Formats: sequence, C-alpha cells, structure tokens
Amino acid sequence: MAGSIQSLERAAAILRLLAGGERRLALSDVANALGLAKGTAHGILRTLQQEGFVEQDKDSGKYQLGAELLRLGQSYLDVHELRARALVWADDLARASGETVYLGVLHQRGVLIVHHVFRPDDTRQVLEVGSMQPLHSTALGKVLTAFDPVARAELMESEREAFTPHTVTDLDAIDAEAAVVRERGWAQAVEETWTGVASIAALIQDRRRNPVGAVALNGPVERVCTTEPNGTAGPVRPELVVSVREAARAISRDLGAPRF
Amino acid sequence: MTTSNGQYIAAIDQGTTSSRCIVFGADGRIVAVDQQEHSQIFPQPGWVEHDAEEIWTRVQSVVSGALAKAGLTREDIRAVGITNQRETTVLWDKATGKPVHNALVWQDTRTEELCKELGRNVGQDRFRRETGLPLASYFAGPKIRWLLDNVEGLRERAERGEILFGTMDTWVIWNLTGGVDGGKHVTDVTNASRTMLMNLHTLQWDDKIAESMGVPMSVLPEIRSSAEVYGEAVGELAGVPVASALGDQQAALFGQTCFDVGEAKSTYGTGTFLLLNTGEKVVNSYHGLLTTVGYRIGKEAPVYALEGSIAVTGSLVQWLRDQLGIISTAAEIETLASTVEDNGGAYIVPAFSGLFAPYWRSDARGVITGLTRYVTKGHLARAVLEATAWQTREVVDAMEKDSGVTLSALKVDGGMTSNNLLMQNIADVLDVPVERPYVAETTALGAAYAAGLAVGFWPDLDTLRANWHRAAEWTPRMDEATREREYKNWLKAVERTMGWIEEDQTSGH
Repeated sequence: MAGSIQSLERAAAILRLLAGGERRLALSDVANALGLAKGTAHGILRTLQQEGFVEQDKDSGKYQLGAELLRLGQSYLDVHELRARALVWADDLARASGETVYLGVLHQRGVLIVHHVFRPDDTRQVLEVGSMQPLHSTALGKVLTAFDPVARAELMESEREAFTPHTVTDLDAIDAEAAVVRERGWAQAVEETWTGVASIAALIQDRRRNPVGAVALNGPVERVCTTEPNGTAGPVRPELVVSVREAARAISRDLGAPRF
Repeated sequence: MTTSNGQYIAAIDQGTTSSRCIVFGADGRIVAVDQQEHSQIFPQPGWVEHDAEEIWTRVQSVVSGALAKAGLTREDIRAVGITNQRETTVLWDKATGKPVHNALVWQDTRTEELCKELGRNVGQDRFRRETGLPLASYFAGPKIRWLLDNVEGLRERAERGEILFGTMDTWVIWNLTGGVDGGKHVTDVTNASRTMLMNLHTLQWDDKIAESMGVPMSVLPEIRSSAEVYGEAVGELAGVPVASALGDQQAALFGQTCFDVGEAKSTYGTGTFLLLNTGEKVVNSYHGLLTTVGYRIGKEAPVYALEGSIAVTGSLVQWLRDQLGIISTAAEIETLASTVEDNGGAYIVPAFSGLFAPYWRSDARGVITGLTRYVTKGHLARAVLEATAWQTREVVDAMEKDSGVTLSALKVDGGMTSNNLLMQNIADVLDVPVERPYVAETTALGAAYAAGLAVGFWPDLDTLRANWHRAAEWTPRMDEATREREYKNWLKAVERTMGWIEEDQTSGH
C-alpha cells in the first residue's frame, strides 16, 4: 500500500484490539494477536501510553485504552453549555451597547443562532434561538469562516446568495477579507444581509483555543456605524468593536481559554 | 447622619453557601462583585449548621473586595442593603458578641419532632392563621426553642436578658452597626415573617405564640420595615447608612419589580420559589402555599405575597447527571431533550422526599411512568424538563385558586433560565409569556433597590420599574388540546407517587 506508514497501521491495530470489549491485555497477548515481535509491540504501546491513548495497569502490567481517547471524542462544546457560560456577558453587551446580541455556531453550511438577547428597549421582539443566518454575509459567519477551516470548506460548497448590493459573493474577495479578520480578530458586515443593518462579531475559543462560536452585535447602520461628513455611513464605531471583543474574551475565559 | 453624594449602592447577599457583595450603579447595572463561600457543618444526618462568626468575617471581606474591584471607597457608597438566606437562626451573647452555638440552617431538620409536639391536637396548622405558616422544621421559632433547650444554661441567660436572637439579616446588621458597641438589634418584616413568631396582620411579635413556643420576648429583635435607615455602618463602610433588609426570595420579588398585585416571579435553581404579590391583602392559603410579607417600604402599608416552593427542579437535572450519568453537564439536558419531539409518553415526578406544594404528602416518592420500549433517554430528558414546568403550573394554579388573581406573565430568574427549551415549556404549560430580565442577580438588586429608596437615591418605584428590561421572552406555542391532555397525564403520574411509604416505614427510603 503506497504512502501508508507501517507503525501507524500497527498502532491503529493495537487500539482496535484493545477496544474489542472491556479488557486488559498483556504485552505477549498483543504481540501474538497481531503477529508482532514483542519489542515492536512494546515500542508502539509505550508511544501510545505517552500520548495518553493507552494506559498500563500498575499491578498486572496489562494494557487498556487511555482516557485521552475519550476526551478526543468529547472535545466538541455543547451549544447549551456555551449559552449557559455566555449568558452574563451577552446580557452585559446588549445592555451596554443598547443593541441586539447573538451567539452563533457553525451548523450545516450556515450559522445556527444558539442565544439571542433582546435590544433593551422593551419593544416587542421575537426570540430567534434555533434560526439560521448565512455564512458569507453576516459578521458571525465571517468570523467562523476566517477561523474555522471547516466553515471555509462549507462556504465553498454552498450557494452564496447576493441579498443586497453590498453582499460579497466572490470567493477570492471573501478569502481576502478572511485574512483581514484573522489579522485583527473581528469581523463586520454592513448591509450585506439586511438593508439598514450592520453587525460586528468576534471569535469565542475554548480551552484548547479551538474556534467554538462567535458573538455578534446587530443594530441599525445609523447607530452601529460612524457617519461620514457627506452623510453616508462610515466604518463601524470603534467603541462597539471594543465591547464585542471584550465580551468574546470574557466568554472564552469562562470556557477555560488562556488570557489573550 | 452624614449625607454622602455617593453614586453607588452596595448590597450584601448573605446566602446559604456563600456571602457576596455587589455594587450597583444608578441604572441598576452591576459595577463589581465579590464572593466567598463559608463552611457547611453537618454534625449528624439531617443537621446543617453555619459558623456565624465565620459568616461575619466573610461578609466583611467581600465588602472590602467589592469596593477594591470597583475602585471605590465608602464615600462613593450612598447606602448598603442586606438580603439573606431565610430562617437560619443564631443566638449570641449581647455583652461579648459571641454566638452561643453554631447557627441552625433552614435545611436543618432537627426540630421535626418538636414541631409535631407543638402542633398538639391541632396539627401543623396550629399557628397558620396568625403567621401564615405551617409548623415545619424550616422556620426560626422552633430552632430558637431547640437551642434554649439544648445549650446548657442558655434559657436562664436568655431570661436574664443576656442573649440576642437573629436571622442572618439581624446578625449582619448588628455587627455592621457596631456589635457590642451599640449595634442595632433589628429585623425586617419579611425575615420576621419566617420565624413563626410574628403576627402577619399586626406585624408585631405574637406573645401568645412566643409563650407556646417557649421563646422569651427579650431575645427578639425589633421588627422594622424592609426599606429604612436602621443605623450607620462602622468599619470599612463607616458612616454609610444601613438601609434595607429582605429575605432572599422577597428580595428577588423586589428586584424583579413585581410591585403590582398579580405580578409574580419564579427563581429557578436547585429548587424553585414562586412568589405572587397579593398587595395589602393577607391571603390565607387552602391549597398548600405559604402566606408571607413581600416587603414594606418605610411607613407605607405592607405588601403581602403568596409563596409556593418546589423542592426538586434543578436538582432533578443534577440527579440525571450525577446518579444516572446520562449527561455530563447540566446544560446537556437541553441537547439530549432536543433529540426528540416530545416525551414519548414518559413522565417523571421527582417526589424524592415527598410531594411539596400544593400536596404536602410525605408518604409520596418519585416515579417514572408511562414507560414503553419506544422511550429513549431523549424522552426522559424531556420528561425531566417538563417536570419543572408542570410543577410550576401546579403552584400557579394553587395561587390563582387562593388569591383569585389570574397571572398575565411570569418573570423568571436563576440558573435554569439559560435553558431555552425549559423556558419555552413553562410558557407552553402556563399559557402565559415568560420573561427574563437582564440582571440575573435579582436578589442582590432587590436589596440595593430597597436601600436606595430608603435614602432617596431612587425617588420611587416607577424609576425602578423603568430599570427593568426584557432580555428574552418566550410566548406560548402549545395548543389547548395538547396542554389539557398533557396536564391530565401529569396529574395521573403525580397520583402514582402517593402512599408509597407505609405508616411504619420511617427510614425515608
């Protein structure tokens, strides 16, 4: 088999053997079952042990699957856990900015809204938890696309609808913007999905610094953007960018991410 | 009295597991928080104690901590308010300020037998007309009696006037205002209403009940309103008016600005407490609720409330996590429940230690019912969330029957409000909107509001109401037929829990 690495194949075979039921195997059992020299099997087992994929029982010297394998399987963050941790910070962002706040995660080629805090003006607003927003034209989507390779791949496959004259649909242009977003750590979308609406978003990371979601502030262009001398909308207000980034950092810290 | 220009209000929240100090700005936003836990002491099964001196040390420390975090000094603080775990009882020596025994915590059940004795031939409702409460081990009066009976020489010292009683508000205020050196020995109407010694109508200690309970009047603090200046602080907050006290659930009612008759709040935590404002009327409960004082502002008329407590709500989710291992974090209950459309016919009634409001059946034990081969763990997760919703519905129904008031919306707070599915479910089964405000710390906010009102920091209730903003709202989506059918099934499931414990089984398993 061209290009395959023998020691990795053998390591995989050992893991499968150990996973075949709740059991502990001695070195000789492993070597015999896979037709390996004892020395070879021992070398692989020792490496797997160092990585935490295999554990050795102190008394019997037998091998079993390690806890690290379990952690690999559970490393995704439950979105409801994300909401519970983000609640206070999202509330604070909405209250301080006076605008709507969303938390979004990547889901089926779009952004799934997992938390929504109303604008604090007590007008009738409808909870949008569970709804989807597009990846290419929202600040939430742009942040996820910039930091999450899976999102970038999904974007390539999806239809990029031009919702307004401002929507960016060209992949090269999207990639160029993603590079800027990675550089400065936040994204904006001004009237790219909804006319009259601007949004700012920043990344939320877990304790391994994996991208797990994004937090965004949405509001009317008049309030979210500065006004140019000629009366048109300018860049988004820097103080709002600061608030969004602070909220993202605070949520990430609560998820165990190291301080930035 | 010094009048300061402070732009902030501090609230001390002396809770069951920790003490906190939160500094609020004029718009009700949190400026800084500091928190410290204290030891839980379990001398034997069913007994729970706190070291009151440790609590006072923690309180002092969190006050300093919150000021430091906010970058403020006592000059910036216009007033300080207190909210506290209710019913927890401490007795101390007036001359030395030393507690004569650990505080008996509200959860402590050592007075159960004593309460039965006190009921004599009348039963647990012997003092209900005057106090609004049934004879149960939570309340402070019987705890005082236990201490007087069991700490050597204490009754004699109490009768000589050497001993003071307090719930945690009283203990904190006495120490805060000087302790042995002129400390004010006061409590507020809401805390006094949980002692079983106060007459709800006169808002004074009832000397007949005190006598029946064997509590000398000399140990009791003066009953004051919930929002007035009791005295000036010494120490870190020297000169700052101590201007409010409210039991924690009443403080949450106040913090949620439930100032009108018919407004209600529900705090979802390990257990759940629902309080309904009944205005100036003392509403007797015939459906298993408690009648209590909601708050009293200065010399204004008192505002009463009906209270319904649900013993097991968040703790049912914890049970699924810790005892069954079906989920690994509490938040995952929603993920699991979202894998299915409905409960699949399964119902869980968590009567772990009997049924509380509105049934009060100690012979009941929990059931999972309606099981078929079709039911998955997703269905059970849904049944867990529905159990909290239906229990809320039962308490709301009881409140409507007792008060004649129909609920138009429910204001919610507490940790479980982050559970979207649960909040939607509550709106569905109550058929009213469920509203979550911005500040999750409604308890501390309520104490701050009352203190701010007392010193004129906020002019009136309308100003406070204007600070309340809706952060989320869940509107009912369930159709009437489904709601009726599901409620009927729930009530059938509840019926299955009753009578499980036979008379001669006292072990509680």
